[in-house]
Amino acid sequence: MQDVPRKRGVLHRHPRLRLGLLLSPPMLWLGVAYLTSLAVLLITAFWTTNTFTTEIERVWNLDNFRQLWNIDVYRTITIRTLWIAVLVTVVDALIAFPIAFFMAKVASRRWQRVLLIAVLMPLWASYLVKAYAWRAMFSGTGPLNWALDPIGLHLGYGLTATVITLAYLWLPYMILPMYAGLERVPDSVLEASADLGAKGGTTIRRVVLPILWPALFAGSIFTFSLTLGDYITVKIVGGTNQMIGNAVYDSALTGNNLPFAAALACVPVVIMLVYLAAVRRTGALDNL
Amino acid sequence: MRSVRTLATAAAVGAMILTFGGCGSSDDNKSSNGGATFTPPDLPMKKSLGKGEGAVSILAWAGYAEKEWVTPFEKATGCKATVKYFNTSDDAVNLIKSGDYDVVSASGDASLRMIAAGSVEPVNTDLVPNYKDVYPFLKDRPWNSVNGQMYGIPHGYGANLLMWNKKDVNPAPTDWSVVFGPDAAKYKGKVTAYDSPIYIADAALYLMNTKPDLKIKDPYALDQKQLDAAVALLKEQKKNVGEYWSDYAKEQSAFETGDTVVGTTWQVIASAVDPKKADVEAILPDSGSTGWSDTWMVATKSKHKNCAYLWMNDIISPKANAAVAQYFGESPSNPKACEFAAKGFCDTYHAGDAAYAAKIHYWNTPTAACLDGRKNVKCTDYQQWTQAWTEVKG
Repeated sequence: MQDVPRKRGVLHRHPRLRLGLLLSPPMLWLGVAYLTSLAVLLITAFWTTNTFTTEIERVWNLDNFRQLWNIDVYRTITIRTLWIAVLVTVVDALIAFPIAFFMAKVASRRWQRVLLIAVLMPLWASYLVKAYAWRAMFSGTGPLNWALDPIGLHLGYGLTATVITLAYLWLPYMILPMYAGLERVPDSVLEASADLGAKGGTTIRRVVLPILWPALFAGSIFTFSLTLGDYITVKIVGGTNQMIGNAVYDSALTGNNLPFAAALACVPVVIMLVYLAAVRRTGALDNL
Repeated sequence: MRSVRTLATAAAVGAMILTFGGCGSSDDNKSSNGGATFTPPDLPMKKSLGKGEGAVSILAWAGYAEKEWVTPFEKATGCKATVKYFNTSDDAVNLIKSGDYDVVSASGDASLRMIAAGSVEPVNTDLVPNYKDVYPFLKDRPWNSVNGQMYGIPHGYGANLLMWNKKDVNPAPTDWSVVFGPDAAKYKGKVTAYDSPIYIADAALYLMNTKPDLKIKDPYALDQKQLDAAVALLKEQKKNVGEYWSDYAKEQSAFETGDTVVGTTWQVIASAVDPKKADVEAILPDSGSTGWSDTWMVATKSKHKNCAYLWMNDIISPKANAAVAQYFGESPSNPKACEFAAKGFCDTYHAGDAAYAAKIHYWNTPTAACLDGRKNVKCTDYQQWTQAWTEVKG
């Protein structure tokens, strides 16, 4: 009986030990599982494989990066992927803003909850189910083309379908931070703006948006990075198109060329780091 | 905030590395295999068969190890089977290296890579009693043997067929020009092709028949010029392709919805398409086609080799071989399986029809040493095919 309080006393008397025990599991997770795998990725990119047996040969060289640079198709794929990521982010931001604004500022408390559940609901369903549902939508005989037919439009599998599907998949990740950001805007600020004679549009442009930037960037980090790494949606609704993820998958699993796949995987990492650095310059990260 | 700064530093480092990569010397064009002839690692072969170890770990193509015939095998031999299905030949080559599996079903585009890497060992066919019944034209082939030594037991084979929707495709095509030639433009956006570097061989086969100047003798032995020609043809074809398929369900649904009307397929998919939704027909064109011939192989690192041999013998036994061939949709390797298969099955799949089998160019692994025996030129290897395939898709 005496033992327990004494042990408890040790932790009580040594706050640093307490802190260390508390923080070491998550730090180990971050350090070992996350950063080490990134480091291994980077190192592997400088090795090469035996072209026949596909065993990795640990010879240091820059061939992978040189190929990445010299072969046009990888540049095309990178630019295409970037475009898709930008479009998905813009589409999501445009759709998410009115929804988030309505939820945070207009709807009653009860409706607020209902809408929040409605926004989160798609996250309960599997990614694949949703992607295949869109595959059925975009099919030549599917509901979307049935509806578009009278106005003479046809939307088959391809880049547009990919952007729409990805924008649908990542929409909750844009709405949630925007909603949280807008909730923080006091109603009195909006009222003050109206009292001073600003119309709705001016209030949104000059008052709401500047406060909303950090939330918008937070959301865009999700939509942008999730799109950069995605390779499944484009396989399901993208027709013959491919994104960086597909090229990585093909080199690693089809070509058994792990070093080249690693070099290729560095591309989205670098893009993301550049994007984060750019976001940081705007100061948006300070307010997260 | 500090973490963000570290990230920025890392970004700078990353960017530097990339820039550095861009301006390195560009003299070498080395290939580690350098046209050397292929000698497999010297591995011992099993001399005698002992008692089963009580367990076996099977690495197989989807559909090759189903309960229906695995359970009777377990009961008869006492080898408790664990089954892992792989998706592509390339997955199989990776997985077998782990040493977790005892026996693997390898297609010809994987088998040589496994042999060269020492992942699988020579097989003593005397220890597999059912081997004597296997069709002779499946024995001692370039994809399952090296220098006359068998590395596995033939399991079954099939051809990549040309399938079309009879309602939409008129007149009925007779060869691959409907997907590679000018006719393909008639079905723009509704043509399909197999999503794998090995599909380059299909283009090469078409060129072999239509462009004799290129002097292609074996669609798996392409020098740089021949590969370039195949890639150019595939890029031209891509304009008409709606989507590429790699899994069976995707192609089946694309034909059923009418999004795809013509392209390459497997018999099993052709049979699976619901005739109420799409009236399809699938043929092996007279000009030939690519195809697969699968082989069961024993992993070098296996700890259950007796059970692995027992499995190889069981899976080509008439009853099991019939069951697996019908389940997957391919020709069995054991003629006696036809007695157990459904009536007419062996005719549909042309089992044992040597003339039909001769029209099939079985999947093989392209290597730097030309498979067609040319010595004066270096051929393109599978990694080059993989990159070429990425380029085709653009």
